[in-house]
Amino acid sequence: MVETTDQLFVTLKHWLVGFAPGQWQPLFSALLSVAAIIVTFAGLFAITTILERKGLGRIQNRYGPNRVGPYGLLQPIADGLKAMTKEDIVPHTADKVVHFLAPLVLVVPVFLALAVVPMGRNMTALDMDAGVLFFFAVGAATELSVFMAGWSSRNKYSLLGAMRALAQMISYEVPLILSAVTVIMAAGSLSPVRIVEAQAGYWGALPRWYVLTPWGLAGFVLFMIAAAAESNRSPFDLPEGESELIAGYYTEYSGFKFALFFLGEYLGMFGISGLGITLFLGGWHAPLACLEWIPSYAWFFSKLLALIAVFIWVRGTLPRLRLDQLMGFAWKFMLPMTLTNILAAGVWRFMPAGAARWIVCLMLVVAPYLMLGRMLAGRKQLGRRVYGYAD
Amino acid sequence: MTWPFAIIAVLTLTSAVAAMSLRNLVHCVLMLTVTFAGFAAFYLQLDAQFVGFAQVLVYIGAVAILVVFAILLTRSAEPPRQSIFSATWVVGVGIAVIVFGLLSGLILSSRALTRAIRPPPEVSVRQIGDQLMAKFVLPLEVIGLLLTAALIGAMIIAMHEKEHE
Repeated sequence: MVETTDQLFVTLKHWLVGFAPGQWQPLFSALLSVAAIIVTFAGLFAITTILERKGLGRIQNRYGPNRVGPYGLLQPIADGLKAMTKEDIVPHTADKVVHFLAPLVLVVPVFLALAVVPMGRNMTALDMDAGVLFFFAVGAATELSVFMAGWSSRNKYSLLGAMRALAQMISYEVPLILSAVTVIMAAGSLSPVRIVEAQAGYWGALPRWYVLTPWGLAGFVLFMIAAAAESNRSPFDLPEGESELIAGYYTEYSGFKFALFFLGEYLGMFGISGLGITLFLGGWHAPLACLEWIPSYAWFFSKLLALIAVFIWVRGTLPRLRLDQLMGFAWKFMLPMTLTNILAAGVWRFMPAGAARWIVCLMLVVAPYLMLGRMLAGRKQLGRRVYGYAD
Repeated sequence: MTWPFAIIAVLTLTSAVAAMSLRNLVHCVLMLTVTFAGFAAFYLQLDAQFVGFAQVLVYIGAVAILVVFAILLTRSAEPPRQSIFSATWVVGVGIAVIVFGLLSGLILSSRALTRAIRPPPEVSVRQIGDQLMAKFVLPLEVIGLLLTAALIGAMIIAMHEKEHE
């Protein structure tokens, strides 16, 4: 019974593929996987927009959307209809071809990146040897799309937003990849499926996830910070800061093209969260041995929704960074931390298991954190925080 | 010659020609990116996954962006008024034809063409990693040292300017 529910979608796919004639079966199988990914994540996108607006509403002491359907739950459908029926305005001086291509160049790679993320036992659309490398490689194309959108609009705000976005994405790609390197070292593989398999089993009651090691915890936090910056999420949303740049590189987009940018941004967030789950949170594995009966894909998607909730929470809580703070944080704090974290992961790999390993690795993570924090804060000559009125 | 090869070849060559002959520099960069993507597709078609993805990551993710930054920081993005064709083109085309003829003549007369084609080895990413860490560890370390020095150097240059203001 457990086996059946766990492999429900896999058996369904095999059953459907059985209907296709012999030589068409690989193509049909690929098409089915693609359709499943598109439908699932487009649906998740709709759910996330309403969750985000409701969640931000709660954080800011207001209701959020509550007019369309019960509790405003049909809002995504109304939004979708609106986006599709709105007039598509292209500025007169815009570079028409590049302006048209930019949203497509964003959406195609983010869907491609989702293909290598294992979403359940035997549920990886594209199981390849260099999957993690593939994920980062297709992510590179999104930077180009941001530039295409900003440049082709012939609008100073758009261009400024695009340049900000490029500088930010390049800076944070370094800590993003370097924090993922620790897991690749520990698992000894670049394949997401192998990495998830390496995190199977339990240390006593606790699962063998990499996040439950000193270097894994530091790596996970660094990875998620870099992921927020890479997907232009608040507090790293300077490229589109509406109070500074109107909407940055997509100021001149309207209607369905704007919706595509929106979709691409959220899918990028899902993809990078999915990779974070795969690398650090044990992929589709259950957190406790007694919960193994719940299907693997349910675990993956609940972890994904939990990370999305954290993203919404952070967006509602933290103010936007300034550009120099953003760059300083990437190069002065994130980069040294990821480099020492790689050292900690190496030490963890070669020391015998036991308390000594924990203490040494914890020191290797905590000591640079404290030293860097003290050093950077000391240079800024910040005193104690003083509240003008709140005391 | 198979169909995928033909499609990728046509795409790569057309975009390379366009990258040289379009008037707007930013369009040239975008076409150059398509050329890079075409190379990556060639590597993937030859089952060289690691090289293919590294090509995308380095050339599309870094080199193209670097070129874009260089163009936007140094000159206005407006296309030049005068024609890009000039008299020096004749000389350039002449030299290109001579070099192409020489190279193709040499390749066609080489003995490598008559040698039997060996079956391609099955190379996994793991094997590349093992080789890099065992046999080629010294070049890897030297490159790593060089790049780290370049990184720190770039940061020092950027920092110095800030203190100056």
